[in-house]
Amino acid sequence: MFPYMLRRIGLAVAVAFTVSIVSFMLLRLSGDPAAALAGESASAQDIEFVRKKYGLDRPLVVQYLEWASRALRGDLGESAFFKKEVREILADRVWVTLTLGGMALCFAVVVGIPLGVAAAIRPNSWVDRAALTIAVFGQAMPSFWFGLVLIIIFGVALRWFPISGSDTLAHLVMPAVALGYYATPAIMRLTRAGMLDVLASDYIRTARAKGLRPHSVIFKHGLRNAIIPVVSLASVQFGFMLGGSVVIETVFAIHGVGFLAWESIRRSDLPVVQAIVLMLSIIYVLLTLLSDLLNGFLDPRIRVH
Amino acid sequence: MDHTQHASMIDAAPWQDDQSWNRGLAARRMLRHGGFVFGGCVLLAIVGIALLAPWIAPHDPYAQDLDKRLIPPLWHLQGDWKHPLGTDGLGRDYLSRLIYGARISLLIGVSTVLISSIIGSFLGILAGYFGGRVDLAVSFIIMVRLAMPVILVALAVVALVGGSLQVVILVLGFLLWDRFAVVMRASTQLVRSADYIKAAQAAGASTVRILITELLPNVLGQLVVVVTLEMARAILLEAALSFLGLGVQPPLPSWGLMVSEGKEFMLFSPWVITIPGAALFLLVLAINLVGDGIRDITAPETRT
Repeated sequence: MFPYMLRRIGLAVAVAFTVSIVSFMLLRLSGDPAAALAGESASAQDIEFVRKKYGLDRPLVVQYLEWASRALRGDLGESAFFKKEVREILADRVWVTLTLGGMALCFAVVVGIPLGVAAAIRPNSWVDRAALTIAVFGQAMPSFWFGLVLIIIFGVALRWFPISGSDTLAHLVMPAVALGYYATPAIMRLTRAGMLDVLASDYIRTARAKGLRPHSVIFKHGLRNAIIPVVSLASVQFGFMLGGSVVIETVFAIHGVGFLAWESIRRSDLPVVQAIVLMLSIIYVLLTLLSDLLNGFLDPRIRVH
Repeated sequence: MDHTQHASMIDAAPWQDDQSWNRGLAARRMLRHGGFVFGGCVLLAIVGIALLAPWIAPHDPYAQDLDKRLIPPLWHLQGDWKHPLGTDGLGRDYLSRLIYGARISLLIGVSTVLISSIIGSFLGILAGYFGGRVDLAVSFIIMVRLAMPVILVALAVVALVGGSLQVVILVLGFLLWDRFAVVMRASTQLVRSADYIKAAQAAGASTVRILITELLPNVLGQLVVVVTLEMARAILLEAALSFLGLGVQPPLPSWGLMVSEGKEFMLFSPWVITIPGAALFLLVLAINLVGDGIRDITAPETRT
């Protein structure tokens, strides 16, 4: 297990570094960051001043190395808009986004796993077909539009939930549904496929043959084995949700990292954008690492490769 | 069974007969696959509407008429036959904008996939065919790409370069190749050790020739399925980018942009967001159903 762990951790670090290089270069080369920072009405002199002030006149490699070495020490620079440490701004906002992501994942799991199990118990029954239909419909709905429809129905017409802001957990219910439903079909399909596999296996037949009650066979023996790949899928989906929070947080005006990213992109606040891209990639890398290690721990065959 | 027909079947060369039977079976399976038929019809209809837009749109999609703002669609009491789906906040005919918007979504879907399928298939086939270090390198590139938050990176790059249809297509094309690479890598690995590839190698065919004439046709089925999935993803992403104001720019009638422009009126005139949203939903649903159908028909064993 130890060499496997070491190898996976080394790979994760390499991926995180490469992502930081690629995203840094991408954001620097896509336009003139000095002109963007200085604003539309800036003169050529203003732009030169900004370029000098933020050190944007130096070679890209030097800029990257300085930014990366600072980031390693936890210094993400200063926001051009807030005139505050990026780290402080992010620390204020990240909890809202993590809570939202967690609630969205809960929604996806609570809906996806039971549907998948129900579909697998009776394949090709109406339950199965209904679950598949829900999956196909869910994957076709644009999340921002689904969010707006939720606002119209449950926020304005029925007045069940507040429609914008993030003061209480009730504010996060609709956004969590809008963010989580997109992951539901994947979780449902994987649960269904895993359950179908497991339920056809010999030990389930043995369990049935020795007269265990059906729900004990399905949940205690079946689901426990079918759920392993679902756990790693769910952790990866959580990473995608944090990325998707850009859209949903903007729809519901939630003051989390996603909304901050959108606002910062609009005001060309490059240090903040850079930091958020870095943070989201690192969270994603950590999640995949965690799910790999978990899988390696649960299934020794994976470690050999 | 009819006796003469039976005899003629026996007379035919076995392989020919076998093939025609297979083709017939595939066609019958397709027609019996409800989702595929429904999705295919809807998709064809939308493609037709997009192609014929200048002839079927009742009005100019850009013509503003401030006296006729926010006319409700026909199913409302105040509906007007001149504007079957009503008008938007600037008095532009909603049906015409919707019809022209289909062009943008389809254009985005097709062009993005054109770019991303080339990048992804190239990387995937390379990794799957050569294995070893090439495989390690490509797998690493795929991991890096997956770790980058797509929406965020796309938003930032579009904002810096300046939003336009071409920029959105290029950015999405260069970001959405991951699934092509993953699927092509896996299916190439499967095909690589097949006998006909070994035969071609033994016969002295060049690597490029083997890749194009032997390998590509055999991974094509998988490719088509990924094409539909990615097309749907690109269309949804373009809509999201345009909705956030950092994609296709006004006055182009992108469906995502229409939802964004309608947002301020949505409480009293909900149709301004429900109509373009429903159009997006229908298009993506149709593409996904066609993809699912093709997968079920060509490879029923992979059905989940």
